[in-house]
Amino acid sequence: MSAEERTTGPLEYRTEAGRMSILGFWIFLGAEVVLFATLFATYAVLFGRTADAPHPAELFEPSMTLIMTFLLLTSSFTCGIAIHEMRRGNAKGLATWLIITLLLGLGFLGAEIYEFVHYVHEGATLPSSAYWSSFFVLAGTHGLHVTLGIGWATLLLIQLARRGLTNVTSRKFFIVSLYWHFLDVVWIFIFTGIYLIGMVI
Amino acid sequence: MALDEFFVTGEPLIYAGMVSIALVTSAIIFLLTYFKKWGWLWREWLTTVDHKKIGIMYILSALVMLFRGGADALMMRTQLAFPGLEFLDSQHYNEIFTTHGTVMIIFMAMPFLIGLMNIIVPLQIGARDFAFPFVNAVSFWAFFLGAMLFNISFVIGGSPDAGWTSYTPLAGAAMSPGPGQNFYLMGLQLSGIGTLATGINLMVTILKMRAPGMKLFHMPIFTWSTLVTCFIIVFAFPILTVALALMTIDRIFGAQFFTLTGEGLPMMWANLFWMWGHPEVYIVILPAFGIFSEVIATFAKKRLFGYNAMVWSMIIIALLSFLVWVHHFFTMGAGAFVNSVFSVSTMLIAVPTGVKIFNWLATLYKSRIEFTVPMLWSLAFIPSFILGGVTGVMLGMAAADYQFHNSYFLIAHFHYVLIAGTVFACFAGLVYWYPKMFGHKMNERIGKWAFWLFLIGFHICFFPQYFLGLDGMPRRLFITNIAEWLPLNVISTVGAFGMGAGFAVFVFNIYYSYRYSEREKTGDAWGHGRTLEWSTTTPVPFYNFATVPYVDEIDPYVRMKEEGKTTFDEKKLKPIHMPSYSGQPIIMMSFFALASFALVFEWIPLAIAGLLGGVACMAFRSFDYDDGYYVQVDEIKRTERKARGL
Ligand code: HEM
Ligand SMILES: [Cu+2]
Repeated sequence: MSAEERTTGPLEYRTEAGRMSILGFWIFLGAEVVLFATLFATYAVLFGRTADAPHPAELFEPSMTLIMTFLLLTSSFTCGIAIHEMRRGNAKGLATWLIITLLLGLGFLGAEIYEFVHYVHEGATLPSSAYWSSFFVLAGTHGLHVTLGIGWATLLLIQLARRGLTNVTSRKFFIVSLYWHFLDVVWIFIFTGIYLIGMVI
Repeated sequence: MALDEFFVTGEPLIYAGMVSIALVTSAIIFLLTYFKKWGWLWREWLTTVDHKKIGIMYILSALVMLFRGGADALMMRTQLAFPGLEFLDSQHYNEIFTTHGTVMIIFMAMPFLIGLMNIIVPLQIGARDFAFPFVNAVSFWAFFLGAMLFNISFVIGGSPDAGWTSYTPLAGAAMSPGPGQNFYLMGLQLSGIGTLATGINLMVTILKMRAPGMKLFHMPIFTWSTLVTCFIIVFAFPILTVALALMTIDRIFGAQFFTLTGEGLPMMWANLFWMWGHPEVYIVILPAFGIFSEVIATFAKKRLFGYNAMVWSMIIIALLSFLVWVHHFFTMGAGAFVNSVFSVSTMLIAVPTGVKIFNWLATLYKSRIEFTVPMLWSLAFIPSFILGGVTGVMLGMAAADYQFHNSYFLIAHFHYVLIAGTVFACFAGLVYWYPKMFGHKMNERIGKWAFWLFLIGFHICFFPQYFLGLDGMPRRLFITNIAEWLPLNVISTVGAFGMGAGFAVFVFNIYYSYRYSEREKTGDAWGHGRTLEWSTTTPVPFYNFATVPYVDEIDPYVRMKEEGKTTFDEKKLKPIHMPSYSGQPIIMMSFFALASFALVFEWIPLAIAGLLGGVACMAFRSFDYDDGYYVQVDEIKRTERKARGL
């Protein structure tokens, strides 16, 4: 481990430790891609296997999923602004935009929970059929990731308040932003792969 | 839950197991207390983040698991040679072949290799530790506690009994109720996450922490094999994570992924399992190839023949390993076209593997071979492994596989590749690098005894199994009193006990060498070391390299020796940054282990409590800004001078 520090460039890339953490996180995201790809493959294989439970086209509503998509896409945008502010050295801007991001994320989660409860009332539950098992697990895994992301970013905000912007805190924020954008990309696949296709077929 | 449901009752063998566990545990506790070693254990080992110590812990655990898996194997062989004795009943036999397979692959082969990687890879590339030493400790404890969780199943709750492949619907809640199968799911999940983290960790270490000047194509071949293996780990292990999670959700929360009701698809499991499972067999063979390459080059006293071809063949094998999984169930009925595609891709893997074999032979060609114990293991590997590979290609022919599938022919195939490949490599690597780890060699004479017993036992045990398979004996069968099969089964069992004897001698050698072997004085124990790990002193100082040499070629240590250079250049000494030890990894993983244990018995509130505890530890870690300490130049000088006798 070398502790040599560069004096130019974004804070999070200045130390070797920072660069290694970021590379490691990219590789971790590669593993996450495989994880979600496996869940998508399972979903695709089990598509249509609804047994006695309702068919997805009967339950999916465009309005609800559009709202969720809107919330999450906007949050990715505000997260981008937050990192932009961080690069400008503006800790306050970073905190503000990140809090907005997390609120949007919370809104998304709320909508997702509402949606799940609604489906359960209509008789589409986790044990009701292979199709619904794969639906709940795929969408739920994404939702769980969002929840973890919110908790994690909150911890980082506390650290920011205590320590300000340093090599270490900015590296942590940069990584959490990568994570957040990744979840957004996954959601786009869920939106098109599950909801749009589920509504038409 | 009543106590007699919690503990497994009514089986003399298992009572014996319980008694021995109780005895061993109390003996350990007594010894630690008597010699006042608790503090030492905690400070030096349980909280360590030093890659060399973590590696040693991996290898010790793997040896214990080899013992456990071996005991299972001998019990199975006893039953098969003397079916009349009714030594095991069908249920017990099912449990034993399940735990044998799982323990050997997940808790023996992989940790053994990961242990060697832990110790050697940073030394080979001139690094002072892993990229993320803390995470490395977390990985180890994930593996270790996962292994303990799995192993405790035979006295608490009951062992899994659906095979190491755990095919559904047999392994589902309907046909395998109770905690047994959950032990499999949670034990593998816990240790699998550790493996994934190690994969990422080692990848970053190799990509970012090489000695100055060392390009990727200067790296020692074992480091290359590790890098390629990590690539497979990162892309294969998430599939296992998902597969295990889905089955867990099926069993505990009533989902319908792999069930026969609710339009579930049991064959999905087979697909997911082998999409991980086939890459997994390459995860355990590529590092083995790496070890043999190092050993062969060292004792043939030549540079490895065809270095580039070796690297590229590993990369091609890694890519192909993701494209062949269907060969494990040609008989599932996917149709002629699909089977043909996977048949061809399977046979393609034999091509880069063949390239490697020829390169090893070419390295040996016209060299003056020194027949040390690690070299013996490596030389025995080549012909034995070829037998396994060639029969693999036979199995790869889909039409023929309808005959071979799930017969003893298959069993013989994968034991020929896994034992002659992976296990021989583990032994070769351990003996080869032993002086780097413990400061003395293993006794060569006893080592040769262990080698010959194990090698001969191995062939006597598994060669007849090809013919048993061709005679139609299916795998996972506990009654063999069919006259035609009995003689070969008896021969096979004799061989198995030969291997057991070989292992016992090997372990005895560890003790004997500890007592009587000469202590190493130089770092280059075999005298022909070619790569950087031999350039450090023995025992390796905790910071590995006082000064990291500049590397711009393959086998840099050969030239360093010629030019009289060392890893101690007084003029270039600088304070060295090292990570601090921490008790957090073991505590964090203990919480997750507790959660896993609770899930096994479906005690949801306790599981949630354990999970929250684990997550709280992670949050605590996030606030922990301890980023290590510096070793001062004085201390480095003192250490190096002493070690080098200056
Ligand atoms: C030339 C290379 C290889 C080929 C063509 C090959 C081919 C095959 C095929 C076709 C099967 C399935 C047979 C059946 O179920 O009927 C199989 C099973 C297996 N192979 Fe290989 N193999 C090769 C190398 C290896 C290596 C290097 C390993 C591990 C180190 C390995 C480990 C296994 C295992 C563990 C199984 C069976 C697992 C089970 O069903 O429980 N193979 N192999
Ligand atoms: Cu395979």
